[in-house]
Amino acid sequence: MVTPAVLALQDGTIFDGTSVGADGKTIGEVVFNTAMTGYQEILTDPSYCRQIVTLTYPHIGNTGTNSEDMESSRTHASGLIIRDSSMVNSSWRSERSFSEFLRQGGTVAIADIDTRKLTRIIREKGAQSGCIMTGDANPDTAVAHARKFPGIAGMDLAKIVTTNAPYQWCYGTFFGRRPRILSRRIAPYHVVAYDFGIKRNILRLLSDLDCRMTVVPAKTAADEVLAMAPDGIFLSNGPGDPEPCVYAIAAIREFLSTGIPVFGICLGHQLLGLAAGASTIKMKFGHHGANHPVQDLATGKVMITSQNHGFAVDESTLPDNVRATHRSLFDGSLQGIEFADRPAFSFQGHPEASPGPHDLKALFDRFILNMDARKLTTRRAVI
Amino acid sequence: MPKRTDIDSVLIIGAGPIVIGQACEFDYSGAQACKALKEEGYRVILVNSNPATIMTDPEMADAIYIEPVHWTVVQQIIEKERPDALLPTMGGQTALNCALDLAREGVLEKYNVEMIAASREAIDMAEDRELFREAMTEIGLEVAKAVIAHTLEEALQKQPEIGFPTIIRPSFTLGGSGGGIAYNREELELIVGHGLEMSPTNEVLLEESLLGWKEFEMEVVRDRNDNCIIVCAIENVDPMGVHTGDSITVAPAQTLTDKEYQRLRNASIEVLRKIGVETGGSNVQFAINPEDGRVLVIEMNPRVSRSSALASKATGFPIAKIAAKLAIGYTLDELMNDITGGATPASFEPSIDYVVTKIPRFTFEKFRGANDRLTTQMKSVGEIMAIGRTFQESLQKAMRGLETGITGFDEITTTIENEADRDRLRDELRMPGADRLRYVADAMRLGYSIDDVARLTRIDPWFLAQIEDLMATEQQIQDAGFSGLNATLLRSAKRKGFSDARMANILGVAETAVRKRRLEHHLRPVYKRVDTCAAEFSTTTAYLYSTYEEECEAEPSDRPKIMILGGGPNRIGQGIEFDYCCVHAAMALRESGYETIMVNCNPETVSTDYDTSDRLYFESLTFEDVMELIHKEKPKGVIVQFGGQTPLKLARDLEAAGAPIIGTTPNSIDLAEDRRRFQKLVDSLGLKQPPNRTASNKAEALALSPEVGFPLVVRPSYVLGGRAMEVVHNQDDLASYMDAAIDVSNNSPVLLDRFLDLAIEVDVDCVCDGEHVLIGGIMEHIEQAGVHSGDSGCSLPPFSLSDEIQRELIAQSIKLAKALNVVGLMNVQFAIQNNVVYLLEVNPRASRTIPFVSKAIGIPLAKIAARVMVGESLAQQGYVNQRIPGYFSVKEAVFPFVKFPGVDPILGPEMKSTGEVMGIGRSFGEAYAKAQLASGVILPRQGNALLSVRDRDKDGAVELARLLVACGFDIVATHGTAQHLAAAGISCRRANKVREGRPHIVDMIKNGEIDLIVNTTEDKQAIVESQSIRSEAVRRGVTYYTTVAAGVATCKAIEHLDNVEVNRLQDLHKEVAA
Repeated sequence: MVTPAVLALQDGTIFDGTSVGADGKTIGEVVFNTAMTGYQEILTDPSYCRQIVTLTYPHIGNTGTNSEDMESSRTHASGLIIRDSSMVNSSWRSERSFSEFLRQGGTVAIADIDTRKLTRIIREKGAQSGCIMTGDANPDTAVAHARKFPGIAGMDLAKIVTTNAPYQWCYGTFFGRRPRILSRRIAPYHVVAYDFGIKRNILRLLSDLDCRMTVVPAKTAADEVLAMAPDGIFLSNGPGDPEPCVYAIAAIREFLSTGIPVFGICLGHQLLGLAAGASTIKMKFGHHGANHPVQDLATGKVMITSQNHGFAVDESTLPDNVRATHRSLFDGSLQGIEFADRPAFSFQGHPEASPGPHDLKALFDRFILNMDARKLTTRRAVI
Repeated sequence: MPKRTDIDSVLIIGAGPIVIGQACEFDYSGAQACKALKEEGYRVILVNSNPATIMTDPEMADAIYIEPVHWTVVQQIIEKERPDALLPTMGGQTALNCALDLAREGVLEKYNVEMIAASREAIDMAEDRELFREAMTEIGLEVAKAVIAHTLEEALQKQPEIGFPTIIRPSFTLGGSGGGIAYNREELELIVGHGLEMSPTNEVLLEESLLGWKEFEMEVVRDRNDNCIIVCAIENVDPMGVHTGDSITVAPAQTLTDKEYQRLRNASIEVLRKIGVETGGSNVQFAINPEDGRVLVIEMNPRVSRSSALASKATGFPIAKIAAKLAIGYTLDELMNDITGGATPASFEPSIDYVVTKIPRFTFEKFRGANDRLTTQMKSVGEIMAIGRTFQESLQKAMRGLETGITGFDEITTTIENEADRDRLRDELRMPGADRLRYVADAMRLGYSIDDVARLTRIDPWFLAQIEDLMATEQQIQDAGFSGLNATLLRSAKRKGFSDARMANILGVAETAVRKRRLEHHLRPVYKRVDTCAAEFSTTTAYLYSTYEEECEAEPSDRPKIMILGGGPNRIGQGIEFDYCCVHAAMALRESGYETIMVNCNPETVSTDYDTSDRLYFESLTFEDVMELIHKEKPKGVIVQFGGQTPLKLARDLEAAGAPIIGTTPNSIDLAEDRRRFQKLVDSLGLKQPPNRTASNKAEALALSPEVGFPLVVRPSYVLGGRAMEVVHNQDDLASYMDAAIDVSNNSPVLLDRFLDLAIEVDVDCVCDGEHVLIGGIMEHIEQAGVHSGDSGCSLPPFSLSDEIQRELIAQSIKLAKALNVVGLMNVQFAIQNNVVYLLEVNPRASRTIPFVSKAIGIPLAKIAARVMVGESLAQQGYVNQRIPGYFSVKEAVFPFVKFPGVDPILGPEMKSTGEVMGIGRSFGEAYAKAQLASGVILPRQGNALLSVRDRDKDGAVELARLLVACGFDIVATHGTAQHLAAAGISCRRANKVREGRPHIVDMIKNGEIDLIVNTTEDKQAIVESQSIRSEAVRRGVTYYTTVAAGVATCKAIEHLDNVEVNRLQDLHKEVAA
């Protein structure tokens, strides 16, 4: 039996569709993502906390879901908006159908609506607060709910999605290679990763590069981390506005003073920028897709990247000792920074992909090189 | 890195004639390349032998050569033009091969011409099976396992490396004949034994079977800074085993997870780097095992291809244009994405928010005896693309636009009554043919599960589930009945792509009834834009498709606008020529200040390039789709006479529904096509037609035949491209035709016309503005009457007609144009027998020869006609006088017989050619020689010429034999012909016909003793007997002609083989205008 569902936006726009996920109601910031693959990775990316994701590609769920493509332990997006939910799941890797995945994950989802119209509204008006209600919902109620959502600006969401306690990670990437579990004894690099909403593929890729990973909660104090004697510190991606994360910014400032290599991605990049003294801005509707060209300013090379952010570091506010390394070719916005005087750098997009192209994988190697260089100098210092 | 300044001029090689596997997509890519390079200020030199292309229009390049794409000729062009660079990647395999020849022969080195975009080494590595395998292995990619064997023992010894099932492919056999699949040792021995025997090199390839694997294509673009982007991933609905060109394909890929997709993406980029494609577009094909995800690289093309044209249309990203700019030094980040008005750079990967489906179009009905199962050898002659918001919508839109008479999933097998029915259905599912998806639907209607069908077809269950759901909706519609067809059901069906006509079929009501109901419920499509970015950025480019959604983005303007209806998918009889006319109409009317709106669904064409017209609607050409557009756009005029039969068939219904059709009225078109009405007109004008009658059954036909007289041409009353048309010589043949013709003509009457034997056939093309007539040209056919005009070579100006006859032809054409009130183009076909002019038919619309004539005389007839249709008279346009060039232009047809072993390659009233070439020369002989070379015929210069002609041609054979002897040939003739020649004093060797005992002429052909064959036949019996001669000639590549006239023309051509001159088209046009 088909259950109806309604999507309401803060501007009063109503979309009638059908429910393809869990029953109930959800509110959040409605954003769109133009990636044509990777719906499971997107839904389980903690960066989508408090966001209702519109996938612009019409057919979603075709390949079902599997345990390998989880980017965290559960779905984080507040809701899902699509044109068509697949009737069958066709993939040799599939373990569960997409609709089961949505229902069991408690994800409210609406299908059969004009997602292109919705995307155009968001493009013109900027990200909208929205509400999905399933069953015979009153559209006016849904609009009222949508308007109650305060918006993401000013919201510290990292503290909500972060891990409660530190944990170790030792699993490498699994696809296209033999699954590898890293032996902690032989892993030469110890990396402490701040979990602001970390995607698992970051951990997997660093594991592949022989990093022992210790994942710590967002509010872990700098001295606790330093006590773990890390070779490098990683600042993860995550949801929400970076500005309220003052605790993290303070910790990062301490790390910068130690000379320990720091690498940040997405929210981690914004936090590094803030720690350096730059400021961040809320974008109109952000970057959400897997086809964004980013130029490496040193080589001129263009890389196609995965992007998912609603805030950005304002390049004009960068201090003298921090320089821009990458820029978006879509809108010229800042995509990467590095410190001139210490081994710290960060990237706004998602070099870990998942979903998306792998063009920027080399950034992880760079982090490793920075750690190698530091090891050499400290060893020399000891000798 | 900006563009290169060390080169000033670039030579682009075109793809030559349209053949199976190489169609008008290369006109699209070549035209884009020309525009792109001219825009950058380079001097562009172009060679292409295909006159029906936009790229050979005089304004497309600085120097255009309509000359054979053969290295010897291109060498002359290089010598004359001295280009700095050669761009070989825009003209398909033909251009690549020609470029390799030029490199190998040292021409490029001699004239210091740099090959850009792809190097000789890169092309070699991509093309050579072994080099490619090694390269792939080096970068860690797998290719299908394969071994080569020269003996059965070797095959048996090596086969275990491959495992069963094993694919066996004999080397160098026509159409891959002699191969097969072995599932066990016994079959292996049998097939290998046979294959070794069939192969001229006694070689077979044993290959791992990938039957049933999924197939994907990645379209990649790379620049010289090593920036790589994937423009599109295409998934084949058909599994491996069906040639990609024959596969139904979908974009983007539907059944890949992100991990798998990225693996293909990385692999494709690695392949480009390894092969060394420096810049430009390439495509890489992969097979994936659906059981475990194992990935194999199948092949790569280091050039733009059919699929890159499809990918360009599917995404809105102009691959060829970008590739051309990358070739001259730009990098992707320096180029802008036009479709977003420069808001985004070209260095990104298109994201699409709709589904694109391509369905190939086949014409097996034209080739009796051809194997109509889809295999690794491409057989389709055209394709349709449709865009929908869902797969179901795009699939059903594509099906109804195919113009094979279906409106959607029309039923074929409706019941299974016995085991034989069940077997037939199962075979159709297991061994796919043109209608495989309809059989899938049939099976589902008959209760097969998705699993059952998947097991038989190896089509991915995702696609099958979509079809199953469509069948459930069909059932719902049927259950509801017409009275139950309410707004909810209608909306749901429309969103799944059901046409009004299909619903009407299901419900047993008229299409108009469903249409009326739909409009009562205010259900109309909206139009969405193709923007490369899934609406992330706004676009002003009007490239649109229809869908049933909420928001419409069409935003029609209130400017005066003209809508041009295109020709739909290519097929034999309707191809690139009509697209050329549509494009010209768009260009001319744009210049005249109109907003132009193109409607078409053929992804290979220039017309469906989004910047050819102001607005492009990528839509199927059905009444429903066109009327919705007219409702949305409210054009001032609709042009139906340029797109061939496709829009013409719609004309009357459109007019009745209120569409403002401009130019010659549908009534006049009908007058020319309706036999009885036309006859009255001809009589009133005092013109002559061959005796003719109309018969509605066999008895009547036999009774009327003496009144017409034998031989006669018999055909169903309405035909396309000479479909089911035959020349019959006696009552017996007529009777057997009538027995067979019933199912072709559905009991509609057949037409009997006196066949004018040994007559000269002539085409006249002209433009009329209602008052004055501009004669475009008179084309004298080379083959005598009886060969379809599309298959016959022709010469402009005529090479043997007297001035008096020519004046008569012109006078009659003018009379007809005025009597029919033609406003626009008109084509007339005449036959001349014993100096009497007979009128064969009149087509008040664009003809296939319009581009040829336009190129020959230097006047753009289609443009002039388009302006005439909006009210600009010929006088206003300054075109009043006929131009007769002082050089000869010869058109020659190109045939696909090599792809259809088993089909008799004889010419007749049914059209079989896929494309055409043009040769220009100072004499008829020179022009004909070039046309032959361009069409791929290598004329022999000496050796043995075999003559075997029917009685009626015996006199002609004497003349021909004299000419051949003068050229230095020795004559071999069959007994009847030999006797006649001997009587005329020509000595010749005698040879046995096949039935006369061995050694016979087929033995001689097989032994390589024959270099040229002229073989004419008449009645059915003789045609059957002589088929082995023609078939063997095709197989061995021996030049053969089935008319004496062509043989005579060849003698004239042979004299010129060594001294052809290359001519710049623009110079020729200047000359003819002077």
